[in-house]
Amino acid sequence: MDEILEILSNDARLSAEEIAKLTGKSVDAVKKAIKKHEQSGAIVKYKTVLNHDLIYDSNSFVRALIEVSVTPQKDVGFDYIAERIYSFPEVTSCYLVSGAYDLLLVVEGENIKTVSNFIASKLSPMEQVRSTSTHFLLQKYKEDGQILKKKAQGKRLNISY
Amino acid sequence: MKDINISKKVETLAPSGIRIFFDLVLGMKDVISLGVGEPDFVTPWNIREKAIFSLEQGYTSYTSNKGMPELRRQITQFLKARYGLDYDPEEETLVTVGVSEGIDLAMRAILNPGDKVLVPEPSYVSYGPVVELAGGTVVTLQTDLTNGFKITPQQIDRACGKGVKALMINYPANPTGASYTKKELQAIAKVVKKHNLLVVSDEVYDELTYDFDHTPIASLPEMKRHVIYLNGFSKAYAMTGFRLGWACGPAKVVAAMTKIHQYTMLCASINAQMAAGEALKNGFKSVVEMKKEYARRRRYIVQALNDIGLKCHTPEGAFYVFPSIKSTGESSMDFAQNLLKKEKVALVPGTAFGKSCEGYVRISYASSYENLKEAIARIKRYLGK
Ligand SMILES: Cc1ncc(COP(=O)(O)O)c(C=O)c1O
Repeated sequence: MDEILEILSNDARLSAEEIAKLTGKSVDAVKKAIKKHEQSGAIVKYKTVLNHDLIYDSNSFVRALIEVSVTPQKDVGFDYIAERIYSFPEVTSCYLVSGAYDLLLVVEGENIKTVSNFIASKLSPMEQVRSTSTHFLLQKYKEDGQILKKKAQGKRLNISY
Repeated sequence: MKDINISKKVETLAPSGIRIFFDLVLGMKDVISLGVGEPDFVTPWNIREKAIFSLEQGYTSYTSNKGMPELRRQITQFLKARYGLDYDPEEETLVTVGVSEGIDLAMRAILNPGDKVLVPEPSYVSYGPVVELAGGTVVTLQTDLTNGFKITPQQIDRACGKGVKALMINYPANPTGASYTKKELQAIAKVVKKHNLLVVSDEVYDELTYDFDHTPIASLPEMKRHVIYLNGFSKAYAMTGFRLGWACGPAKVVAAMTKIHQYTMLCASINAQMAAGEALKNGFKSVVEMKKEYARRRRYIVQALNDIGLKCHTPEGAFYVFPSIKSTGESSMDFAQNLLKKEKVALVPGTAFGKSCEGYVRISYASSYENLKEAIARIKRYLGK
């Protein structure tokens, strides 16, 4: 991966000045490269990774993985039905996958009821949706390469040869 | 009871004035430390997992003195693939408890009382004492900023009077980060051959070489018979606590080293050896990742130190920089102590690595970017800038 993208994907808050210092590139060159990636869409957006378990005003927050089997349509294949589904804001991720079902969704809601309502009133009734299978997440251990347990303190001595 | 007499030799070993400073650091809380001589990464999980698995499987015994045959084979295959080095896993390879043990074994295996060993200064702290414990005499090769803290062939040539048997060399170097290009090593090899020296080469930081490819001095033409090649898993694979390294060299020397090792160490820990096997098999990707991260921090720290007025050259390897603090007018030790007390930043006074290193400090950038940034801000404040 491009070094600037690699650095940003690890810490999106670093400024172009700082990235320039870390990579030995000029500030201008870094700014230009970032702009280019933003325009091409390679950089989609900058956001913060949260651990919802530690945010107490959001303790009514549930997530489900939903496996969806659909009937693909002539000419547009899965794209049409996928778009109809992922356009709902409740759907935070949507993947077309190989295997026993077709679409894998991540759906978020305030509680189990909101999510099951979404399935019952929006998702399942769609003509092309043949079946769904829902798994509510119980515990999040690791997401996008981040282990969510607070890291243990470093165990090195503070000084050594 | 009559007072216990400690061995004269041990008593006269360079006393560690630095010990008091170290104790001060270790007793202090919330310190940002740039004083650490080991990676800030934990050992990659696949390697740790292998160590755990080896315990679960009941691997709790001694191994062959020389180290597990499979690991020795892996080491020699790795050296062949990486550097084109040809060592026999049976006769020319010994698994040691860290490079530390390798240095000790090498010196004890080759030195007779009074034999002289050329040791660069500044250098890693163990070289001088280990030579002395082995009955040798240290001949210091002074280096400084003007030649990038590197020894020169002329220096070796001039120092090679009567009784000089060996040259201790370490690159990339602790504490300066200096390393040698192939061309520089070729010139050194020439004088080594001229004076028929043995080279004890500590290449434990080889994988952390940033600006050119690392060349083992043993890989140069006709040099294999002159070199005891030492390396280990501590730095490249972030495995310091496993205590594992290896020595390769002429069969006669390795046999002598093995003789000492079998009586004094018996063998390296079996679990560390199995973890090391995993490191060689599947660990290289992590080495590359860690190196990339160190390379960025090196760029940052060199620039940042120069920006706040501490003159610092760009070292070629390892994870140390060795800036001059002469502009402060303080001694290395005073600077380190005052910085610790006032700003809670720990670093190592240059004098820990040789008397001539007054006016320098060692900064380790094996620390997160956030820590480095905060430390620089504090040093800047300390300097009154
Ligand atoms: C130059 C040098 N050699 C050897 C060692 C010790 O290595 P090991 O952990 O393999 O004993 C160190 C550790 O700091 C070092 O810096």
